[in-house]
Amino acid sequence: MVPTTYYIALSAILFSIGIVGVLTRRNAIVIFLCIELMLNAANLAFVAFARQLGSIDGQVIVFFVMTVAAAEAAVGLAIIIAVFRHRQTINADDLRLLRW
Amino acid sequence: MGFALFFILAGLIILSAVGVVLNRHPVRSAMCLVATLFLLAVLFIFLDADFVAALQVVVYAGAIMVVFLFVIMLLNLSDDAPAPPQQSRRFSALVGASLFVLGLLYLLRQAGLLLPGPGMGTAVPQGFGSIEMVGLRLFTHYLLQFEITGLLMLGGVVGAVVLAKRKVG
Repeated sequence: MVPTTYYIALSAILFSIGIVGVLTRRNAIVIFLCIELMLNAANLAFVAFARQLGSIDGQVIVFFVMTVAAAEAAVGLAIIIAVFRHRQTINADDLRLLRW
Repeated sequence: MGFALFFILAGLIILSAVGVVLNRHPVRSAMCLVATLFLLAVLFIFLDADFVAALQVVVYAGAIMVVFLFVIMLLNLSDDAPAPPQQSRRFSALVGASLFVLGLLYLLRQAGLLLPGPGMGTAVPQGFGSIEMVGLRLFTHYLLQFEITGLLMLGGVVGAVVLAKRKVG
């Protein structure tokens, strides 16, 4: 039997890999993929805690996280398409109009 | 689930997650993420979350990733341009993330014995993680949140269509 801590540790590692991706990659779509990775790390923690507590609530929350991820992906990708039409690029380093 | 199986699965998950970050081509990154999602679904099954595992495969790996792949192919992106000297940023991201992981793992080590609840070893109620149990909870206790989620989806759909259909210039 694997203790809950191991699952949470795996979740932490996955989340950090997502952070590294968001910080180092410049392709906006890949940044989005890394955000999905971080959301899934959170999902793993929720499911592990649901099992630990013997309560179904954690799994219900995963359902909500998935809906938010779907809505975020739809709107975010629409924004990426709009940006690409304007600028012919989705390189995050080239989009510096709002950058300080 | 035995330790060996868990470590094999965890290793594969971390490997494919690293693949998402390191692959130069966005399509390969997306396929690595699909692999990660599938492997996570396997972990979910071991955690008695059958319905969530099915959702993970059907909704996440099926629907959401298809949208990503569709946009990648629509924009016909080539590989990331060869990087200008950015070693410092990469280095600081790596150092920051490893410190973050180490801090989290340390915290977990400290908190690991304090976790509440019956724990992994105990048996779960009959039908734990089934559609019936999740659905019952979702449509009674979380009904308001469920309705708000519907609003969120509606807003997302309208927003996506408005943004993607807008005329340029």
